Amino acid sequence: MLRAALREVSTALKEGQVSPTELCQRCLSLIKATKCLNAYITVTEDTALRQAEESEKRYRRGQSLGDLDGIPVAVKDNFSTTGIETTCASNMLKGYIPPYNATVVQKLLDQGAVLIGKTNLDEFAMGSGSTDGIFGPVRNPWSYSKQYREKCGQNSHLENEDSSWLITGGSSGGSAAAVSSFTCFAALGSDTGGSTRNPAAHCGVVGLKPTYGLVSRHGLIPLVNSMDVPGILTRCVDDAATVLGVLAGHDPKDSTTVQDPFNPFKLPSVIDVGKLCIGIPKEYHIPGLSSETLKVWSKAADLFENAGARVIEVSLPHTCYSIVCYHVLCAAEVASNMARFDGLEYGHRSNMDKSTESMYAATRREGFNDVVRGRILSGNYFLLKQNYEKYFIKAQKVRRLIANDFVNVFSSGVDVLLTPTTLRDAVPYVEFIKEDNRTRSAQDDIFTQAANMSGLPAASIPTALSEKGLPIGLQFVGRAFQELQLLTVAKWFEKQAKFPILQLQEMLDHADALSHQKISLSS
Amino acid sequence: MAAPVSGGGRLCRLAWRRRAGALHSGAQPAALGREPGKVAAAQSGVAPWRAVVGLEVHAQISSNSKIFSGSQVQFTAPPNSLVSFFDASLPGTLPVLNRRCVEAAVMTGLALSCSINKKSLFDRKHYFYADLPAGYQITQQRLPIAVNGNLSYTLCVGAKQSQMVTKNVRIKQIQLEQDSGKSLHNDARSQTFIDLNRAGVGLMEVVMEPDMCCGEEAAAAVRELQLILQTLGSSQAIMAEGQLRVDANVSVHHPGESYGVRTEVKNINSLRFLARAVDYEIQRQIEELENGGTILNETRAFDYKLGCTIPMRDKEGKQDYRFMPEPNLPPLILYDAKSLPANIDDQQVVNIDWIQERLPDLPSVKRVRLVEQYGILPEHSFTLLVLEELWKGEGKTPLQIVKEKRLELIQNQRELDQICQAVMEGHQEEVMEIKAGNKKVLNKLIGLVQRATQRRADPILVKQILEKKLSQ
Repeated sequence: MLRAALREVSTALKEGQVSPTELCQRCLSLIKATKCLNAYITVTEDTALRQAEESEKRYRRGQSLGDLDGIPVAVKDNFSTTGIETTCASNMLKGYIPPYNATVVQKLLDQGAVLIGKTNLDEFAMGSGSTDGIFGPVRNPWSYSKQYREKCGQNSHLENEDSSWLITGGSSGGSAAAVSSFTCFAALGSDTGGSTRNPAAHCGVVGLKPTYGLVSRHGLIPLVNSMDVPGILTRCVDDAATVLGVLAGHDPKDSTTVQDPFNPFKLPSVIDVGKLCIGIPKEYHIPGLSSETLKVWSKAADLFENAGARVIEVSLPHTCYSIVCYHVLCAAEVASNMARFDGLEYGHRSNMDKSTESMYAATRREGFNDVVRGRILSGNYFLLKQNYEKYFIKAQKVRRLIANDFVNVFSSGVDVLLTPTTLRDAVPYVEFIKEDNRTRSAQDDIFTQAANMSGLPAASIPTALSEKGLPIGLQFVGRAFQELQLLTVAKWFEKQAKFPILQLQEMLDHADALSHQKISLSS
Repeated sequence: MAAPVSGGGRLCRLAWRRRAGALHSGAQPAALGREPGKVAAAQSGVAPWRAVVGLEVHAQISSNSKIFSGSQVQFTAPPNSLVSFFDASLPGTLPVLNRRCVEAAVMTGLALSCSINKKSLFDRKHYFYADLPAGYQITQQRLPIAVNGNLSYTLCVGAKQSQMVTKNVRIKQIQLEQDSGKSLHNDARSQTFIDLNRAGVGLMEVVMEPDMCCGEEAAAAVRELQLILQTLGSSQAIMAEGQLRVDANVSVHHPGESYGVRTEVKNINSLRFLARAVDYEIQRQIEELENGGTILNETRAFDYKLGCTIPMRDKEGKQDYRFMPEPNLPPLILYDAKSLPANIDDQQVVNIDWIQERLPDLPSVKRVRLVEQYGILPEHSFTLLVLEELWKGEGKTPLQIVKEKRLELIQNQRELDQICQAVMEGHQEEVMEIKAGNKKVLNKLIGLVQRATQRRADPILVKQILEKKLSQ
């Protein structure tokens, strides 16, 4: 049951094959069993069980609210949740309990979803590994998979693998790991430069970044207001479409959401890609790309061609400037967005009380990690009067050029772009931390952040396993507000790729042995 | 002593002199007795100074809720009782523009003959202060909602303050922005109390070009703006309640030379203090420069107890506000009858022409009408206009008031002639003095006629009649 798709579970709930409370309890047990993944910052056991009971009452009355009623979901810990601690994995907000729900959270709850916990992330969503939060790094569930351990010749006990576990990617690593390890059916992430798609690719799940302006950001603690979107992580494309149907639409509380009405859609079951034109951006074929990922990418292109689609090489000429441009704009907005954290109204407040200024300075030094402080400093530098023109304005202009690259390609007959999501499969944590956060981000965001610069929808779809037995994902980028087309193509591809299910049983057996509780993934 | 010259027109030709003796605290700037036609008496070796005054007026918008959030706007309320999540800068909250605030700014812009920008933009102005929860203020720096207007105001001039002169000040722009909260310092206990009730209240900042030359002009201009705002209803503009606050930019220079370094005197909250602060600052700068010193481009506060301006310690050095576009607010688009799209929900748009059609009569228009239609003295029209609001409640029209108070001008030439004759006959000594060449005494006779007519005589006409009689 835990591996089933949303619609199947929903049917099972309606037919009484399983009850919401049973489902909830199984997920909670599984969370306990997979604790070493460190995917969750807060597990909302009591409220989840209460919500599950409410859902159960509704099902008994035959009044389910929809496909998400009774379904355990997880939410990244940078979404505001009423009465539930929201930390952004930072000392600055440790203990902060918001008085309101983010719009997307409220929408899930209004549909009867069961909020099972808040997931781990890089501090304030700054990072590409989910390694730089105050609660420690998130471990990729595939580190403990049969597939990985067989390929790497690991036969010893789990304890010995403690040093070789893999990162999830980031910054929504907790959400990706939670979905990947079956502890929930869907999770909210956020995506500013790839933070939903990157961990989705590394954890073998579907990661959808909707068009900017389609989904409300009210309650999403911002990183870069002009690029952030709530992201959706699920185990299959159909589920992503279901969740999107609940979340999308104008929010009067968010002035950057479009006014046009949104019609939730169901993806067709029979898909013909013969009339499509798939674009392969040549600038994405870079030296750092692993040969494995390149092979997978080529194979995918062939797949489309063999099915009758037109597959052509296209050019996004300003690709090489986008990382630098992104870093300037990101830092500038971060410096601005973080200005509110002064310890006065909420969050951490330093004991330093010699003066307001010294209290501010101490609070911010104590509350933020190096990554956050570094971006604030550079951002403020770029916004200085004497620098504004040559950094910020210049970056805005380059951003326009990058966005125009996509407009040109899509208006020349291309329907969807096909690119890698990441340079390679997930690396071990000990290797990842050899480089600093900024360097890693610059490398890892390379295929994903152009979609944030241009506001376009994009999805990472698990495609194949690498030689190490680890997931490789490919990315589809679509036209603005054309999520239906994007996900239809993605669904067809998902069917062809037949990505294997994560085999976690050994890990769970081990956990059983510790806790004397039998956890089974088989229905 | 300040030597006066003034006239109409935009450029103020008022020349200043350093006051005899050093500036001392408690000193009030001398009343500027200005007489038309008098030229500055040159004192040995000291060149005249000209002062240049510009103003930034912050007017709180009269609306039910704040400019970017739904919390209430109210002057007196328990501290921190009118604070929404957005006002408190809780993470994840977003601004939503209040339509009424936009309309207020458009109304005000139209009343001040501004061009209304059909597209305007919002920006963040960053600085750290305890009463600014987000660490930035949302304002309009790049492209404000209205630009290039002008404001006419009137001054009473002449020895008896009975002559009216119309002046003009150019309006550079009007921008929408947030008000900050309030901080109260208890220095004895090293405590600061923050009240965020005011944080996020909508403001219109009206920027007046440096077309004024002294405290009186500044106060008169602000007074007229206040009346306009109150007539429109876009702001109640009560200075005592902090709904209208003025920052004055003051500099001095010698005529013919370029403008001097300016200082900013911040947060003046009464018209009287405005005039005093500006005049004090002008004198201070003149003294400083004549003593061989320099003027710092600094921010100062007005100490109303001491009657002087003092530097504001925590605003030393030029602040870099790191302006950045506000990413959570799309450009503000306004429409007029021509550009209004079809099939649009008119709750979703602001139509400039619609607002223009519904503008009430402005104070200047009403005054002209009172003088022309009811024949009262111009200076009475000012008083009447202000009182009109008071009397409205009792159901009296201005005409009834004029008749009741016997305010109408004596139009009958014969009647005036008789009164002048009577005054002359009653003051033979004065008549002799005038005929002997002492023209100043004529003013005394005019004053006596005014008294006899209970100030219902046009002084210019009276002077003409008397002069004619005296020359006979």
